[in-house]
Amino acid sequence: MTTTVLFYTVSILLTVLSYFKDRQKTMMALKKAYKAFTGLVPALIPMILFVGIMLTLVSPELIGKLLGDESGLTGIIVGAVLGSIVFMPSFVAFSLGENLLIGGAGYPQVAVFIATLMAVGISSLAIELKYFNKKTTILRNVFALFASLIFAGLIGGIL
Amino acid sequence: MKLVLIKHKFTLAFLLVILVMAFVEPSYARSSLSISYDNLVTMMGVIPPIFLLIGLMDVWIPKETMIKYMGEHSGLTGLFFSFLLGSMAAGPLYAAFPIAALLLRKGARFAYVFFFLGTWTSAKLPLVLFEMTSLGVPFTLIHITSMMLMYLIGSFYLESLLKPHEKIAILDKIHAMSQ
Repeated sequence: MTTTVLFYTVSILLTVLSYFKDRQKTMMALKKAYKAFTGLVPALIPMILFVGIMLTLVSPELIGKLLGDESGLTGIIVGAVLGSIVFMPSFVAFSLGENLLIGGAGYPQVAVFIATLMAVGISSLAIELKYFNKKTTILRNVFALFASLIFAGLIGGIL
Repeated sequence: MKLVLIKHKFTLAFLLVILVMAFVEPSYARSSLSISYDNLVTMMGVIPPIFLLIGLMDVWIPKETMIKYMGEHSGLTGLFFSFLLGSMAAGPLYAAFPIAALLLRKGARFAYVFFFLGTWTSAKLPLVLFEMTSLGVPFTLIHITSMMLMYLIGSFYLESLLKPHEKIAILDKIHAMSQ
């Protein structure tokens, strides 16, 4: 909530400032912003519906069960798959992770879930492809998945 | 009409799934819609101001400035600025791509843009305190340092895998989008 207010305040203030400095440039900026926004919406809406459906079918309780302390390697794989597919705002993810740990989930399992949640974006592939190409999109996501797994391994070894 | 249907085929497909749920298990449909609505609210909190900032940066930041600070020969400065830009972020991953595109379009080096994306996905400074209180200080520190180290190597490796003509194709694509 606070970030939203901050984001809007800063961007509107800068726009006003920009308008006083150069009206024409600012109008061009607004036009570009509007075009980029409307260009992205057709890809954003299905992503949001998809995540809504996924998170309904895979509830936090179910995730907690799947990532239990005894779940071992299976739990890590399940965590990686779930984290890669869905997304949620980071602060929601962190408190979900905290609740999963309290509910008995293992540290490495929660680690890989949180890390992939933030870094791997299967649900946002269509958006990434809009700006990059197939190769960079696939490689970036695969790399992020591996990095998340290594991070989970470190957590398992240290914590 | 047909074009509109094709353009929104995924939206329509997912709405159909929710409609089926409404008949089979109404609580699932309600939950899907309410989670989607929550995410839509989050999105509207982040995306419009980000696009506004991108628009402003687009008209105000000269290409030469970007090349100087994040271009091919910007060295550690480039790494520093990509880290700074990525870590100040608070938005979800999908909000980072249009910013990455702007950086590339203005002449930033590919490796630095990948590093920017890596930072965005693992070291968000506004959220570090939150992560520490939720998941603990050791967890957060291991998370950030291990991911950043891996992305540091990964960004340059990913860039090295791109052939010159592939880079040009990506740049052409994002240039065309902003016209």
